[in-house]
Amino acid sequence: MGALLELRGVSMAFGGLRVVDELDLHVDEGEIVSVIGPNGAGKTTLFNLVTGVYEPIAGEIVFEDRSIVGLDPHKITQRGIARTFQTLRLFLNMSVRDNVMAASYGHTHAGVFRSMLRTPGMRREEREIRELAERRLAFFGDRLMGYRWDQPAYSLSYANRRRLEIARATATNARLLLLDEPAAGMNPKETQEITELIGKLRTEAGYTILVIEHDMHVVEGISDRVVALDHGIKIAEGSFEQVATNPKVVEAYLGTGGMARK
Amino acid sequence: MSDPFDPDQELTRPLEGAHEASAAEGPAGPAVGRDEWVARHGERRVTRGGRLGLLEERLHTVPWWAWLTLFLAVVALLPLGFESGYVRRVAFDTVLYMLLALGLNVVLGWGGLLDLGYVAFYGIGAYTYAFLASDKFDIHVPTLVVIPLVAAVGAISGYLVGLPSRRLVGDYLAIVTLFFLQIFGTITLNADRITFPGQDTPTDVTGGPNGILQVDPLSFFGHELPVSKDGIFNVAYLYVVLAVFAVVYVLLRFVNLSRTGRAWRSLREDPLAAELMGMPVNALKLLAFSFGAAVAALTGVFFASLNASVFPQTFSFALLITIYTMVILGGVGSQAGVVLGAILISVVLELLREPSDSRILFYAAVLLGLFAMLRLSLRLVAVLGGLAVFGAAVHAIAKGLDATWVSGVVGEDTSRLAGWASDWVVVPVDLPNWIASVSYISLVALVLLLTLVRGWPRLVLLVPTLYLAAFVWENVMLAKPEPSRYILLGVMLIALMIVRPSGLLGERRIEIV
Repeated sequence: MGALLELRGVSMAFGGLRVVDELDLHVDEGEIVSVIGPNGAGKTTLFNLVTGVYEPIAGEIVFEDRSIVGLDPHKITQRGIARTFQTLRLFLNMSVRDNVMAASYGHTHAGVFRSMLRTPGMRREEREIRELAERRLAFFGDRLMGYRWDQPAYSLSYANRRRLEIARATATNARLLLLDEPAAGMNPKETQEITELIGKLRTEAGYTILVIEHDMHVVEGISDRVVALDHGIKIAEGSFEQVATNPKVVEAYLGTGGMARK
Repeated sequence: MSDPFDPDQELTRPLEGAHEASAAEGPAGPAVGRDEWVARHGERRVTRGGRLGLLEERLHTVPWWAWLTLFLAVVALLPLGFESGYVRRVAFDTVLYMLLALGLNVVLGWGGLLDLGYVAFYGIGAYTYAFLASDKFDIHVPTLVVIPLVAAVGAISGYLVGLPSRRLVGDYLAIVTLFFLQIFGTITLNADRITFPGQDTPTDVTGGPNGILQVDPLSFFGHELPVSKDGIFNVAYLYVVLAVFAVVYVLLRFVNLSRTGRAWRSLREDPLAAELMGMPVNALKLLAFSFGAAVAALTGVFFASLNASVFPQTFSFALLITIYTMVILGGVGSQAGVVLGAILISVVLELLREPSDSRILFYAAVLLGLFAMLRLSLRLVAVLGGLAVFGAAVHAIAKGLDATWVSGVVGEDTSRLAGWASDWVVVPVDLPNWIASVSYISLVALVLLLTLVRGWPRLVLLVPTLYLAAFVWENVMLAKPEPSRYILLGVMLIALMIVRPSGLLGERRIEIV
């Protein structure tokens, strides 16, 4: 199976400081790959490079055999890469349903003139967007159901906001999801749920997933493959056991045996 | 129903089934969620009790188009109740303001763009109409052809202005668009002597400061609509703009209810997130810009046709501020809100022209402000009582010292309120100029002091402050109505924005991370 996403020798620097250095990475179709590493290792920068927020100073990023370097972020999303944010960026004053409906913009077509006249085609599309959004929300079970659809996003709890971010990303009809710390700020039970959910996103919905995560239970639970970054360099790659016991990785995390118990 | 708090059930449920169940129950059906918090939301909703609460709830269920129809009907019946051409003319101007506010709402409220060149597009529309329908170049295009043409010109010019500034956000965009407004003013003022290539003598394009005169009235199917009929304002113009307003309102509403509207709201909330969720933020901003410009240009047609002339001075910064005030007062982003804001400001500015009307407005505003601040309480009674006694005492002392101090009159207002005010407020026959300025400045100082103190000292201080306000009002502001009406408007706005920062009908926005 060919790689869905491939990074070749990608580098990025801020003001002379290299934050990602000659990084090679590939994510195959249907795979769940975790990116781990200490804070400041360049994980979120990696996501920003793939989604087009930054343009790399060197290297090539290929998605579905086509380069996506230099494309506007919305074009990259329309090609099929959607993400969530570590520091949640929901449309807080919009309703839960509208948050998800808004993300379908890239693959819907009704123009402003058709919208002004409310043509039958436009109204049909609007119904489809609505149904799509409600299906995406239903994926999260009871958590985001019922009357919550009409509540503003700011009324949601932290964990529900994370779920809503994932629902919103799936509404773009992307094939590849980039999840930036999906379990951050969740309690153990919720963490367990999100772990199952990420697995289901692949098995039931067919997504390929690249995930940044600090919680090693989650990483262990979901990953086909783990990539460890430190100072923008890939220091280890392989199965969870291989990476977690890698001396370089252990050293990067505090240099003590904190990771080694796994 | 099984134990709602059983954690194992949360995710094991068939998902499509969950969705179907919810669709059958309707989105608010409480039986869907096993989450009890969700299921019992109806019982926990905070509502006002009693009949007032019931009325409030009923009013919320009235659809927007019902409100719109009711509103249009009221305005359309207005000429039946008022014979005077003046009232009809004010109603016409108010509808123009409503249109301008609707257009600005697209740019500012939906697109979140600070467009300080907005009235230039209004001017572009008015001038385009004047070029296409006047004796100036002897072109007389029928109105029904001009209207889409002008809207297109407005949209294109909006697009062109937005094009270089689209990446600019916030302050930068404001400066670029403000610059555009200045350019528009300069060009219209000076394009009365343009020498085109191949010509020896300059051509007069815009008429310079003298503007363009003899602009055609509106004409439909070959029939001209005269501006005045039987010597007064032709009410047909009111109906035409009202119809245009209704169409624009509905079309914009529909755009806002579409994917474009959702995208606009998203990019106002968080442009980066919107971009990363597949929305072309720059193109959407340009679209909002064009929409606003098209509505403003369209409004220009009716302005130019009714006045039969256009002048550069009309499209001034002062007009821009007035429209912004309407939009902000009514509630940025709410269509009904900005229309309400336009009506309020337009009518209040008109009332303030007349001393007797403006006097009522002033004292009513003071009383309302007091009521909003203190509610119906003993403190309100104390302040009002204190104010009456304080005024009477000051008046009596001044009268005892010198009778000319209290025998001055302002204006020809013979209403009861004016008589009552002259028995209470000190109005000298000859007010020395220095007293005017000193009282004005001390009033400002006292108001500032009021914001610093709390509790009973504030109540005590309130009495002389209000009395001084009445003194300044009767002696200084009524004598100079033109600056006074803007000052009073500003004070009312400040007071209102303190009470309702999101505007009259604006949604309260929450910014929490």
